[in-house]
Amino acid sequence: MPHRYFPHTEEDIRAMLDRCGVAEIDDLYADVPDGLRFRADYDLPSEMSEKEVRDFFAALGKKNLALDCFAGAGFYDHAAPAVIPSIIERSEFLTAYTPYQPEISQGTLHYIFEYQSMMAELTGMDVSNASMYDGATATAEAMMMAVAHARKRNRVLVSATLAPATRRVVDTYARYHGVSVDTIPATAAGVTDFDAMKAMLAEGNVAGVIVAQPNFFGIIEDFSGVADACHDAKSLLIINSVAADLAVLRTPGEWGADIAVGDAQSLGIPLSFGGPYLGYLCASKALMRKMPGRIVGATKDADGRRVFVLTLQAREQHIRREKATSNICSNQGLMALYVTIYMSLLGAKGLREACSQGAAGAHSLAARLVATGKVSLTFPDSPFLNEFCLTVAPGVSVDDIISRGIEAGLLTGVKIAPDRLLVAVTETATPQAIDRYVSLVSNL
Amino acid sequence: MNRKLYGRLIFELSREGRQGYRLPDNKLPDALSSIPASLLRSSDPALPEVDEPTVVRHYTNMSTNNFGVDTGFYPLGSCTMKYNPKINEEMAALPAFSSLHPYQPDATVQGALELYYTLQLALAEIGGMAEFTLNPFAGAHGELTGLMVIRAYHASRGDDKRVKVIVPDSAHGTNPASAAVAGLEIVEVKSRPDGTVDVDDLRPLLDDTVAAVMMTNPNTLGIFEKNIPEIARLVHDAGALLYYDGANLNPMLGVARPGDMGFDVMHINLHKTFSTPHGGGGPGSGPVGVRKGLEQFLPAPRVVRNPDGTFSVEAPEEALGSVSATLGNFAVQARALSYILSLGREGLKQVGPLATLNANYIKESLKDAYLLPIEGLCKHEFVFDGLRDKSTGVTTLQVAKRLLDHGYHAPTIYFPLLFHESLMIEPTETESRETLDEFIDVMHAIAEEAITDPETVKSAPHDTPISGPDDTEAALHPVVKFSDL
Repeated sequence: MPHRYFPHTEEDIRAMLDRCGVAEIDDLYADVPDGLRFRADYDLPSEMSEKEVRDFFAALGKKNLALDCFAGAGFYDHAAPAVIPSIIERSEFLTAYTPYQPEISQGTLHYIFEYQSMMAELTGMDVSNASMYDGATATAEAMMMAVAHARKRNRVLVSATLAPATRRVVDTYARYHGVSVDTIPATAAGVTDFDAMKAMLAEGNVAGVIVAQPNFFGIIEDFSGVADACHDAKSLLIINSVAADLAVLRTPGEWGADIAVGDAQSLGIPLSFGGPYLGYLCASKALMRKMPGRIVGATKDADGRRVFVLTLQAREQHIRREKATSNICSNQGLMALYVTIYMSLLGAKGLREACSQGAAGAHSLAARLVATGKVSLTFPDSPFLNEFCLTVAPGVSVDDIISRGIEAGLLTGVKIAPDRLLVAVTETATPQAIDRYVSLVSNL
Repeated sequence: MNRKLYGRLIFELSREGRQGYRLPDNKLPDALSSIPASLLRSSDPALPEVDEPTVVRHYTNMSTNNFGVDTGFYPLGSCTMKYNPKINEEMAALPAFSSLHPYQPDATVQGALELYYTLQLALAEIGGMAEFTLNPFAGAHGELTGLMVIRAYHASRGDDKRVKVIVPDSAHGTNPASAAVAGLEIVEVKSRPDGTVDVDDLRPLLDDTVAAVMMTNPNTLGIFEKNIPEIARLVHDAGALLYYDGANLNPMLGVARPGDMGFDVMHINLHKTFSTPHGGGGPGSGPVGVRKGLEQFLPAPRVVRNPDGTFSVEAPEEALGSVSATLGNFAVQARALSYILSLGREGLKQVGPLATLNANYIKESLKDAYLLPIEGLCKHEFVFDGLRDKSTGVTTLQVAKRLLDHGYHAPTIYFPLLFHESLMIEPTETESRETLDEFIDVMHAIAEEAITDPETVKSAPHDTPISGPDDTEAALHPVVKFSDL
């Protein structure tokens, strides 16, 4: 009997084979050499009912520990409005293909246009594409965009304060794409050493400079004069930001960036053990035609109505093929819808409130943890929003804070060096969880 | 699908003072004032101010102008638009997984790592490979990762001359683009009149500068490359590796495995063969598999099973590097595992044969009215070169647009580039005979209409939410955000 997903009855199969002029389905594979046929059974379990699938996943789920999350390092536990899953699971959105047929894809094109509008507002840039896979690959794409824009120059400078996981992806793309990457060192205050950057720019051959805001240590960097220094050296400035933080921070556009990239997971997307998340890539108008990925534009239809289409497609891989400077084909459509609804629900006020609450919680927790004498702020004089870096006192171990935390139902942070713990606080942190955190560190 | 356009933008529904979501108040002293004003934005972003019911109604109405697999038949060649089972959505959303931070200690995420490892093993069994990475986010990302594996392999042998990738002229557009991004040059190999790779054209191209040959099998014409054992031998004799573009894997389920065909590296589109929803363009997932001996080059992070049965995340030194900050689109991987378990080994073996039966049935039923450039068996898909009767002047684009009026998504058109009027149809295994019969009737009716009333076909669509969008104007004067309007 056919599986429940397949509608074919024996009678259907018989009639269809007759139309095809063959006796057996197997005859449709007559052109596959016998030696290549896989006639065995897959070494996989037998068909499961829905109940068995649920039981299987439930058993796996029990092997995970749900913890109150004080970990960040690029990915943050934010409150997710109930409206969002109910809308993105609408099958008209969920089961649609890429909107190549605008006549029957206005829904998808429409929300991408809204997404682009909101991301341009948030980053202070002229134009956003339809989204990228995640923040790390978006940053790598921005690097390739800078190199393609610079034509002959193929050197990119990356601040030591960019998240290491993002840096690894940038380095990997660079190595295979023939881009040389040099690191701009950090100062003792945990921020990019811009004097060093200027000296490196003066060496020449730089296509782009990549910095992070807030940086990996949670510090808000001061980019005054950085864009001018880059542009004087004919380099582009690329700022990687945590999307949600741009509700309050000076924007990449205000700093004079040419490209703004990063992960938009912080706009309410569930952590889901790493994905799906959402990369964003925004640019100045001058670079619009150099952007990777899809872009949706407004136009008019035959009846004069405002409608939306994929536009500027001459940039894309399926047209450029081997001349392409990006191979991205899909975007992260449904996740773009996710953050579009999130930003609609919260508005500028709600986004600011989320930042404000995270900052209030982080500053309060940091002060209370430092007061225990067991830890200190690694960069005490540097401003931070909702994430900060701790150095443990002699005799205190980061691993202990993490393992005691797990016992107390807390994910206390991310270990980023033998003596350093990176801690993030969002609006989801309850006062009780914060108290538990402080007391476990006090009792170390 | 609602054929009346819902065209308003959320910005146009905004009224000052409304808000659709409230956060709990943590009643802690404000900390933003501790940050120097020069580091803060000068004004709020101009986002809409809307209440919750308005948001829900807005996006619900918007969705009704969209066509999806749940709406109707999607004969979109090379895209494998099969039914997306609902249980997969439920499994992907389980809080026991969705609340996990990607950097949680391994001991607290054993279930998630086991899920990753179990899917990895299942794909290896289905692909005939030794190991898969599930980290790549999409098919094109998988291609790029696979080519990096190949470059890392050659580099490990000190063989740095290999800078070329050979792709057939019928290849998916992402193949040459992925090669370019991976820093490789592209060489095209021609197809024979029957649509398969010309082995005689390939042979002289294979020298010690070739890193890999990328193929899909069946190819983009839906034809099985039966010379694949010979091609694999030639490629390997030249010291190169053979890459399998898994976009067309669906008809091979239960029939043949790329690893057994001689492929060394492959990617799979979970959003095609393994039924995870396309989501209007993503998120997808593009796992990459390798044959034995290449596992160490797969990207970091990598999930390994320890001798005691626990799982760890590692970053091996020989790895090609990292193509993602995390272990990939985990919730998409969960859906694919749910699908594999639901089908089981018995159901999986029915996928390819039924998909192939459906494709051949349409092909045989329509070749009287549409030009079939290559006779014979197809696999999951096939290509017509437009209408058989060329005298009407009706093009493939116009046929595709007329299909929209009848409640179908259009086939893939003008691809592959081998024919002028390519119209590529892939029905998948989840469509019933009745659905196919209705589609066949409509295709016949359009062919007939092209003769009796060509203007109606040429000016289609007539019964969709919008018609005749001005693409030229959109590209000439780009309006890409609300404030541009």
